[in-house]
Amino acid sequence: MMARFRQNRWFEPALIALIIIIIGLVLPSTYYFRIATLVLIAGLSATGLNLLLGYAGQISLGHAGFVGIGAYAVAVLPAKFAVPSLLAIFCGTLVSGVVALIIGRPILRLKDHFLAVATLAFGILIAMVLNNEQWLTGGPDGMAVSRIELFGIRIRSAQSWYWISGTVLVLAVVLARNLLDSSTGRALRALHDSEVAARSAGIDVARIKSIVFVISAVFASLSGSLYALFNGHVTPDIASFLNSIEIVTMVVLGGMGSLSGGLVGAVILVVLPQALSFFHEYEHLLLGVLMILILVFMRAGIVPTLAARWARGRL
Amino acid sequence: MNLLSVEHLGISFGGVRAVDDVSFSISPGEIFSIIGPNGAGKTTLFNLISGVYRSDMGRVTLRGDDVSRLPPEALASRGLARTFQNLQIFARMSVEENVMVGLHRHETRNVLAHLLGLPSVMAENRRTRDEARRYLDMLHLRQVADEVAGSLSYGELKRLEIARAMASRPDILLLDEPAAGCNPTETAEIDEIIVSIARTGVAILLVEHDMKLVMGVSDRVLVLNQGRVLAEGAPDEVARNPSVIDAYLGHDKGAAGGDHV
Repeated sequence: MMARFRQNRWFEPALIALIIIIIGLVLPSTYYFRIATLVLIAGLSATGLNLLLGYAGQISLGHAGFVGIGAYAVAVLPAKFAVPSLLAIFCGTLVSGVVALIIGRPILRLKDHFLAVATLAFGILIAMVLNNEQWLTGGPDGMAVSRIELFGIRIRSAQSWYWISGTVLVLAVVLARNLLDSSTGRALRALHDSEVAARSAGIDVARIKSIVFVISAVFASLSGSLYALFNGHVTPDIASFLNSIEIVTMVVLGGMGSLSGGLVGAVILVVLPQALSFFHEYEHLLLGVLMILILVFMRAGIVPTLAARWARGRL
Repeated sequence: MNLLSVEHLGISFGGVRAVDDVSFSISPGEIFSIIGPNGAGKTTLFNLISGVYRSDMGRVTLRGDDVSRLPPEALASRGLARTFQNLQIFARMSVEENVMVGLHRHETRNVLAHLLGLPSVMAENRRTRDEARRYLDMLHLRQVADEVAGSLSYGELKRLEIARAMASRPDILLLDEPAAGCNPTETAEIDEIIVSIARTGVAILLVEHDMKLVMGVSDRVLVLNQGRVLAEGAPDEVARNPSVIDAYLGHDKGAAGGDHV
């Protein structure tokens, strides 16, 4: 009964929506809303990368590049070209999608560490452009992002951004769930396990990889746009290698091939540094040790490991 | 008319002719077997026909069209399906989903509809699942349909490979050692399945070590040795061929306790 319920494609998005609503109702202050919003925004790019890395098994160490494109689209276009912010978000996703489509075809023919290095190079390239094109991006100091206006109201409060990001994230999870529950979704999971068998079953592996790369790039770009609009300021750090690694870590830590796993990873990577800041100098050390422990004792990631234990406990 | 024709097919790996000047053809509903000692080039020949490798000599035609240069996915969409000797299972997916992937070529490709989860996609999922279950029934896998494929026994995985290949509704099915590593009961079961598939008009190209299985089910047999055709004909004809006995059947006599069982 419970298992059948859990298989329903609305179960996971509904559960995530419920948790977001409850947390939104109990958070005590703007400070907590800020952190929670950062979790939701990170969760969006983690959801996209989970489709690519967790389900299709294709690594990308350059996804922060797409986050950077999305962030700078809402920073640059309104400031320099008087494009409305909403349209700028759309332009950012369009550019990210097209770039992913163009570079995806040749890059995704590579496998494993070759693919890792190629995507890494792409991310670094974007970060370099953002750093060097001072006239457009403000260089290493970054630039201010004008606030977005919806129905004539200027949106600034962390609370508003929490609800906006929450809505976007739940919609993204619904789309991802739908995709997974279709022939495209089965194909991308199949090519993860055996590319030769997938091809022999008639799956155009190059096409499926390219589709999932574009979707994950669009999600990352959207998350970058949300971040920039929420934060009011962007720097090239958003497209840095470190940020790419952080998104990958969210997926691996929380659970490859589990949408809620990626979100749990986002919670850990955003909240833990804040919680550990109490320990000042030891913050990074503790964070590192904790991640190693999780990966040693929960190899499949937090959510899949716990789900398996839960299922065995019930049987 | 011939469904599949192989004409003077060959490939070299680093100067070694793994497959050399092999020709044969198969018609619908026929069971055609390829036998030969280990390293004779049987699996290489399979990989050439199914598009995994590209030949450097000769050609393969399917219903008269040259398909030698086509990738595996293009061959699959022309009705050629295969199984793998070294099990290529989608281990993290359920048994049922494995077979559903087999039906991929009959499903829609509209990604936008898939993302939106339109009612038509849900209806398609149901149709695909229903059809997948028919193949699970056919290969006696229905009771493990919801298990993770990686948890199945070896014999079950062998049958899952066949179920997935059958799900693409092929005109020609390539089976690479479907009974290897199976016990006599499982082998007899696979034997029965192969015959029943051929009876529906599907041509079967079989590579097999199990001589009893090959001689029992095959309409014609081709013997491969060191990449070349040694003999071709009806099973009993081939079994009496002196050079075949020398190269293959006699192998056990010559080297008792040889390299394979």
